[in-house]
Amino acid sequence: MKTWCACLLVMTASAAAGAQEWNRAGLPDSAINAPKSNAAPAPKRDISGVWDAGGAGIAGPGHESAPWTDWAKEKAASYKPGNGPRAVYEADINDPLSTVCDPAGFPRLVMYETRPFQVVQTPNQILILYMFEKRWRVIWTDGRALPKDPDPRWYGYSVGRWIDDYTFVVNTVGTDDRTWLDNSGNPHSNDLNVEERYHRVNHDVMELSVTIDDPKAFTRPWTPRNKMPLTLAPANFDMMEMICSPTEVIEFRKNISDRTNNR
Amino acid sequence: MKATRSGGLLALYALLLLSAPAAAHHGTASFDTGKDLTLKGTVTEWIWANPHCFLKFDAMDDTGTVRNWAVEVSNPTDMTKRGWARSSFKIGDAVTVSLQPVKNGAPIGRLRSVVLPDGSTLTAMGPPPAAAQ
Repeated sequence: MKTWCACLLVMTASAAAGAQEWNRAGLPDSAINAPKSNAAPAPKRDISGVWDAGGAGIAGPGHESAPWTDWAKEKAASYKPGNGPRAVYEADINDPLSTVCDPAGFPRLVMYETRPFQVVQTPNQILILYMFEKRWRVIWTDGRALPKDPDPRWYGYSVGRWIDDYTFVVNTVGTDDRTWLDNSGNPHSNDLNVEERYHRVNHDVMELSVTIDDPKAFTRPWTPRNKMPLTLAPANFDMMEMICSPTEVIEFRKNISDRTNNR
Repeated sequence: MKATRSGGLLALYALLLLSAPAAAHHGTASFDTGKDLTLKGTVTEWIWANPHCFLKFDAMDDTGTVRNWAVEVSNPTDMTKRGWARSSFKIGDAVTVSLQPVKNGAPIGRLRSVVLPDGSTLTAMGPPPAAAQ
């Protein structure tokens, strides 16, 4: 056992030592996602740093939602997702994110392809910089209220507050119903309310819960992310670019997707 | 015994972490997931891009016909973790590709693993080799 452990340590150490400084999204999962039982206590009112949920953040198959309303059924009738119970052949997918590089939008960005993201805290905002799409969100912490009748935005309007020293809660409205909620084609309306709860468990681990409240689309609120663990990446972690480029998507469709149909 | 059990748990953990990215962009509806093809071929193009990297190569099938195959893997981010790179292939490289073809018979598929000219292997599915960890 001791020998085996020693070998693993040597392998891990040499991999880390040999890892490049740039594009550290290629950092081995073992270096950032291994459970850390001896983590130091969390700092108060501080969630800054780069956080990674590993494979769980990607959620490729999509989420099992609360029951759809008739409005949602009608809205999503034309959606042809690549995953989930309604998955179609690759050539027939019409997901606006993967086929034409529309923005993932919010809350899809925290429900699908939740790759590493960096949290930056300023005196009146928390900024979240996402590796996926290389996008950012502004969460106002200056006490302002959410807008009453906002024009829809791809990433909505967000305000946040600390409910205790280790839990930061974000509320978002004013999203754009052109976006899907996930990879399985769950729809939403412009009346959507989203709550994100970032609970820092200790120095190295934070949990993310996301609740969807959209009475127009779902018969009840539901929680697609329930205490999803995120691990703090090393301070020198350098995020790769992960951008949907229409040029690249066209090339991929021409070579692969458009040739996979069954007709 | 204890070491074996720990090793198994580690392997399972690695599998859980890495099984999701393979299906991140689309599911497997188009692919014949029960079928395995191994083809010897010559690289004609290697595209390192989102949403999926893909390798194109010429290979002769059982009937003696040479077809140009296009086989996808995951995106650059996921493949980097498995030890792949923009420079993994050169045009003209002799490779042996194990793949899962699409159902419609076109020379399209999902790459499982590939043997490079120097005899080393890159894998695209399942747990990554220890070297990439």
